[in-house]
Amino acid sequence: MATEEPHVKVEKLVKVYGDRTVLHGVDVTIDRADTLVFIGGSGAGKSTLVRHLIALERPTSGRIVVDGVDIASLNDVELNKARRRFGMVFQKYALFDSMTNFDNVAFPLREQTKLSERDIRERAMAKLKDLGVEHAAKLTPAQISGGMAKRVGIARALVMEPELLIYDEPTSGLDPVTSRTVDDLIEEMREKFGVTSVVITHDMVSAFDIADQIAMLIRGRVVAQGTPAEVLAVDNEDVQKFIRASGVEASRLATRRPRKDSRALAAVARARAPRGG
Amino acid sequence: MPDEPPPRPAWARALDPARAFVEEVGTLGDLALKTFVWALRPPYRFNVMVAQLEFVGVQSVFLVGLVGLFTGMVFAVQTIYGFRRFGAENMVGGVVSLTLSREMAPVLTAIMVAARAGSGMAAELGNMRASEQIDALETMAVNPVQYLVVPRVFAGLVMVPVLSLLFFLVGLGGAWIVGVYGLSLDPGIFADRIRTMLEPGDLTQGLVKSLVFGFSVALIACRHGFYASGGAVGVGQATTRAVVWSVVGVFVLDYAITSILTPVG
Repeated sequence: MATEEPHVKVEKLVKVYGDRTVLHGVDVTIDRADTLVFIGGSGAGKSTLVRHLIALERPTSGRIVVDGVDIASLNDVELNKARRRFGMVFQKYALFDSMTNFDNVAFPLREQTKLSERDIRERAMAKLKDLGVEHAAKLTPAQISGGMAKRVGIARALVMEPELLIYDEPTSGLDPVTSRTVDDLIEEMREKFGVTSVVITHDMVSAFDIADQIAMLIRGRVVAQGTPAEVLAVDNEDVQKFIRASGVEASRLATRRPRKDSRALAAVARARAPRGG
Repeated sequence: MPDEPPPRPAWARALDPARAFVEEVGTLGDLALKTFVWALRPPYRFNVMVAQLEFVGVQSVFLVGLVGLFTGMVFAVQTIYGFRRFGAENMVGGVVSLTLSREMAPVLTAIMVAARAGSGMAAELGNMRASEQIDALETMAVNPVQYLVVPRVFAGLVMVPVLSLLFFLVGLGGAWIVGVYGLSLDPGIFADRIRTMLEPGDLTQGLVKSLVFGFSVALIACRHGFYASGGAVGVGQATTRAVVWSVVGVFVLDYAITSILTPVG
């Protein structure tokens, strides 16, 4: 078999807002069923970069190729089709406050599938239960705490079991126990469905625990990309300073959970989803 | 280090308002086109439409009725006061019905809808933009123009004419009460003048205006909310702009439609 084509390939991505250049020619490759974690200080361009992956932003120049298709070149209808395979967990939850938490999780199922209301109910409730927020199903997002809203947001992104899942700071604002539960879920989605995950996080424990690849962004440039071990060893002052400040040490790698091989999981993903469109 | 942009010459800065105006017209035109295109595409979400019809229409009934009643009453008093000077107070019924149907009902209804529903639309959409809910819709393969803007513009288009008709009828009732019971006009003559002076063209002009106003008020409100930026401050500004510009738009369009549909000179 020929070499596996990467799931996502970002080529020379430049983003300029007015007079301000936020991304200076970023190149990143994400293999199918891998978990890529972006780390970097605030304002480094991480959120802007991941927003490009699902075409919430259009690049000033450069390409974002997902499954061999440059998504920046798609029109609205083509993009809507492509987005059915993506999911995103937003930093500020982005729950619809006019609906109950249950309706929020059921929303993508109602919009994108022809499932019966009974099946929708089962799937949405199961996902809320996975995240331990089933008791909040009938409440609205305004009636629950930030941590719970985050979990409802994660449930909504996971309920469609997408091929590419983007998490924008999934563990920020969560207690350590729930944070590890979220890490487990990210890993579970990968193991069960071969999901490719892109995670932005400031939680370095989480980063080193779940990442196949870590990419470090500083001032709109990727200064290092590699496995956690490679990033720990990289010879770059900024990278080392960031890692030292986070308190993560090489010994952390030894306690990483055992991970399934991405190539085997990629086969699961390919079997699960029709290509193209 | 970020590159410092070169200073812009004075003439370029002087042209900024004109450029902003052209950009604004472009943004509105683009949103109108997208709204039209996405309105035709399935899925058609009737429950979302009904919710907006209820918000724009049903919830405005009391306000529009109240303003219509007092407008009709005030107009009757003022017209009688003016027309009495040359003994023409019997014309009041006709004049009030003409003014209400051609101008007052569509314009004041649109302003009421802009103030009540337009501000609500801009604030809601602005908040949805600020809290990434609009982005979330996009990531779930739901076109936000189709889901959010189309039902609101549709509700404006349908409900402003309906509310205008209500305004017209209640206003006429108010004028009747003041004229007949308050100022002792003859009810038969009052009604007869309405019959003889009010033509189908007057009602048509009112209808055309209220359709255009309903569309423009909702579109301008959605435009400011949908593209709001800058957090809570930005949402506040968007709401203010939505009301101000949709009201200004009503008067500009009013003149344009009047001059097209009214043969004078």
